[in-house]
Amino acid sequence: MSEWWTYRLGDFLMFSPRVYERLFVLYNQALWPAQLLALALGGAILFLLLRPGNTGMRLVMVLLGLAWVFVAWTFLWQRYAPVNLMIPYVAPLFVLQTLLLLGLGTLKSKLNLPAHWSVPRSLGSTLFVYALAVHPWVTAFPTSRGLWGAEVIGLTPDPLAIATLGIAAMANPASKAWLLMVVPALWCLISGLTLLALQAPLAWLPPLAVGMALVARLWPRR
Amino acid sequence: MPRHLHALSRRRLLKGLLGTAAAAALPPLDTLAETPRTLTREVPGNDESLPLVGLGSWITFNVGDDPALLESCTGVMAAFFAAGGRLIDSSPMYGSSQATIGHGLSQLGAVDRVYAADKIWTSSPDDGPAQVEASRSHWGVPRFDLLQVHNLVAWEANLDTLLAMKEAGEVRRVGITTSHGRRHENVERIMREAPLDFVQLTYNIVDREAEQRLLPLAREKGLGVIANRPFQQKRLIRRLEDKPLPEWAGKIDAGTWAQFILKFIISHPDVTCAIPATTQVEHVRENLAAAREPLPDADLRRHMADYVQSL
Repeated sequence: MSEWWTYRLGDFLMFSPRVYERLFVLYNQALWPAQLLALALGGAILFLLLRPGNTGMRLVMVLLGLAWVFVAWTFLWQRYAPVNLMIPYVAPLFVLQTLLLLGLGTLKSKLNLPAHWSVPRSLGSTLFVYALAVHPWVTAFPTSRGLWGAEVIGLTPDPLAIATLGIAAMANPASKAWLLMVVPALWCLISGLTLLALQAPLAWLPPLAVGMALVARLWPRR
Repeated sequence: MPRHLHALSRRRLLKGLLGTAAAAALPPLDTLAETPRTLTREVPGNDESLPLVGLGSWITFNVGDDPALLESCTGVMAAFFAAGGRLIDSSPMYGSSQATIGHGLSQLGAVDRVYAADKIWTSSPDDGPAQVEASRSHWGVPRFDLLQVHNLVAWEANLDTLLAMKEAGEVRRVGITTSHGRRHENVERIMREAPLDFVQLTYNIVDREAEQRLLPLAREKGLGVIANRPFQQKRLIRRLEDKPLPEWAGKIDAGTWAQFILKFIISHPDVTCAIPATTQVEHVRENLAAAREPLPDADLRRHMADYVQSL
């Protein structure tokens, strides 16, 4: 299969930048005003993350799990799959992530956040805040999409994956947290490659989120 | 927010309206057949001829169910047919492109005028017939004019499927495809051994390996040749666009680099047609205009290739 190495990244791209942009614009128009609810729920999760507790953490995992399956169906399957033949193979991973979040995060849960601020907690929280409050703006205005093209947490995959990485990066115990990071990290790498092939200026953002999450996860815990 | 969107929508809407207007202006098929200026070339071994420039659909027609972009693509198809084009090429690998073509054909009432070229693309040959039927349904045509084994995927079994369909009258012509200059040895072997009608390969002013063996073999075997990636998916145009066209390009009425490159490709006597893809009406007109006299002779073709090589 040495022939594979003769392909460029762009050879695997099967849609144009205008189709990718319009994907988000039409999606947001169809869902409006669900964006407000998603942002409000994201704000609620942030509130719970700032006051770590077992019940709150379970609620966070449930909300995240529901968001992953919602994005799998409404965005990936219904909107993205018709123009990207790889998506039918990726969408089941989002469902798997839902099961992991609900399973590892709620059943006899020992998943928790550190009580005190530390480098991992700071990095993880930064990732979550970025996904919630900054990502919609950087996907809307530096591009030609406008606000209707914003990628909102809970409704689109990139901010959801980055937010999940942030939470998993600071959570304990490590064994469960690592499992929760696999699918979001994989999606961020896929998304980064897609954006790179589209020559999008912010293609480095999703892989950077993976890098930050890995640093946080590997940072020595006391 | 809404302001930006509305500006975008107005632009798309205008494009859609232009497409609809172009569709309304579409001349009837018998008129197109008499269009004097779009050159055609006889398909070797077949009693038919095709316009020298067709229409590809990789990336450009993969627009999902976006209404504005579907209408934009319909506008491109309307301009293509109005300029005398016929062959449109697609594949199950091209996402929603087949459905976009079907939408355009339906909107334009152009099912009878299109030369429908598609592909079989599956590594499970048992799925081949169902895939072809799904493709045909997307296009909305009674049958395909040409079906090709895409990139030689499971080519032996898939070609058997296509040959059986041809025997049954379910497709008119069969062929194989490759691109990027890959697997030419395999392509050559299949061209020698299999009863093909067409071969599709990458050929342009800088990708000329096919001149050595495949194009002469296509002539010897009486095969039609479809040239894909004429602009290397725009990379060739981007590479040349800031360079001046030579003055002597005027001798062949090549007013742009796209026409310069297309005229080089379609003037090769063994090429049946080139299939550039585009999202823009003005580009499809520009491409079809390249399929007009004068075309370069062999000496000028060498000069053209040397010139591009020197840039």
